[in-house]
Amino acid sequence: MKAPQGAAARPPLLLVLPAVAGAALLLIPLAALLTRTPWGRLSDLLVRADVQQALWLSLRCAVAATALSLLLGVPLAWVLARTRLPGRRVLRGLVTVPLVLPPVVGGVALLLAFGRRGVLGPLLVEAGAVPAFTLWGVVLAESFVALPFLVLTVEGALAALSLASEEVAGTLGARPSRVFFTVTLPTIAPSVAAGAVLSGARALGEFGATITFAGSLPGRTQTVPLSVYALLQDDPPAAYALSAVLLAVSVILVLSLRPRLR
Amino acid sequence: MKASISSTLVRADLVAEPGQVVAVVGPNGAGKTSLLRALAGLLPSTGTVELAGRDVSALPLHERGVGWVPQAPSLFAHLSARDNAAFALRARGLSRRAARKAADEWLSRLGIGHLGDSRPGALSGGQVARVALARALVANPALVLLDEPLAALDTATRDDVRRLLRSTLAGGRASVLVVTHDPVDVVALADSVLVLEDGVVMQHASPAEVAVRPRSAWVAGLLGQNAWRGIADETGLRTASLGSTGDLAGHVPGHIAAAETLPAGTPALALCEPAAVTLHRMRPSGSARNVLAGQVGELRSLGGRVRVVVQSDPPVTAEVTVGAATELGLADGGLVWAAVKATEVRLVAL
Repeated sequence: MKAPQGAAARPPLLLVLPAVAGAALLLIPLAALLTRTPWGRLSDLLVRADVQQALWLSLRCAVAATALSLLLGVPLAWVLARTRLPGRRVLRGLVTVPLVLPPVVGGVALLLAFGRRGVLGPLLVEAGAVPAFTLWGVVLAESFVALPFLVLTVEGALAALSLASEEVAGTLGARPSRVFFTVTLPTIAPSVAAGAVLSGARALGEFGATITFAGSLPGRTQTVPLSVYALLQDDPPAAYALSAVLLAVSVILVLSLRPRLR
Repeated sequence: MKASISSTLVRADLVAEPGQVVAVVGPNGAGKTSLLRALAGLLPSTGTVELAGRDVSALPLHERGVGWVPQAPSLFAHLSARDNAAFALRARGLSRRAARKAADEWLSRLGIGHLGDSRPGALSGGQVARVALARALVANPALVLLDEPLAALDTATRDDVRRLLRSTLAGGRASVLVVTHDPVDVVALADSVLVLEDGVVMQHASPAEVAVRPRSAWVAGLLGQNAWRGIADETGLRTASLGSTGDLAGHVPGHIAAAETLPAGTPALALCEPAAVTLHRMRPSGSARNVLAGQVGELRSLGGRVRVVVQSDPPVTAEVTVGAATELGLADGGLVWAAVKATEVRLVAL
């Protein structure tokens, strides 16, 4: 019998040990959460009015923030990828800032812009539409942190796209807006979807910017992450259970992205 | 189609009647694609482009009505073959139904009527080329621009698609420009040949005229002839490159002797058919006036004959029988002598 061909060399311990430690760092807390989750109470908890309120509020705000990100982010990505506007590079850099900015700083910045005493405050007060500490405040805070995920994903797809199809569409008589909607958008649809999932996930988990800009008013601006934090003081098992729900949602979102993020 | 355009990459004046097919040839980087892109409106240029008597040069891309097939066919991957072909009609506001009907007719005409529902990813190269052609032709454009439509196809498919191009385009409503590197396309497809070099038109004439009187060494080479560029003198042509290996009794380095000469000082090409070149392992002592020595280079089979590039200075292509090639042991490489009689060399003034 022949010896097995190309038997893999043993991986070096210098790499394997930190790799195992890294995986443990990520997985142990998740496992701990699952072991402490009071599974028996989950069904009771999920029908509680305040919990349902938070879940429903979170869902609505995350969907609205994702929609807003799509509506603003796809055109923004297109401008960054396809135009030669002056200041485009600077703009591209600034768009990524919310990715690395501490969310609480984002919240403060939002307050200073759209709060009652913010830069645009007087205008908003006059219009009777101050978003701070309202449902719209939550949507705004979530969009602030979620938008960059969408812009970067879509811009990457646009930059990688060959111009040839769009050029052909133009010669075939399609005006630029038609080219965008009938050729460009369908072609990058998978990336738009991936960007929307990433944005939605980020919006759903938003905490810092939301609590700073919209507060944590039960039933009005208290999303699930904020209510987890609040429950941690009074009813820790309920906080664990809600956390498990968020974890489940995250896993589902990751699985939905898996074919793309291989 | 009548055009007089100028951009940073290419400058050209040309006329092509409806139904006329113009082969655009030239070395890499000569501006062939740029010419097509400028005519389509994809490359900014100045000048005029007249289609069916109307100057369209000021119109934006989508109002020019030009059929364009780029080098990579770039079908819309998310649309079926039918909807790809229907795109131009939909963009013009036709109903989905009417556009699809016309698209199906075009697909059938190009022999792929049964593939209307297929996505581009499921099609072969030849089928993709046909869909791209249907898509470009469906709206009946006055100008059709094909950028190497056959380059990506295998030989058998290439012949099929070439025949299809000929039967579909010749005598139609559209003036057609086809960029190609293949001399077969020039002979089989084109009514005229436009030779581009360094972004300018060197020659625009019938294939026969270009074959007999090529205006550049490059196009002579494309059509299979030996061509050397230089300045005519009393006995032939002084070539640009100064030969160093070819000197032998009667042969002057860097010089091609011709029986019929041109006025001295005329820029000219010296042409000779590869079949007129004889090869020898020993120095030939016959009457040939041009004898060049060089290593055996590339060998290419052409039916029962073999084309041999002799890497002399200037290089010579010879065409010999398989028997002669075997006898000479050409496959082993080495030094050979190429001889051409002065009577076989034709000078063409540039």
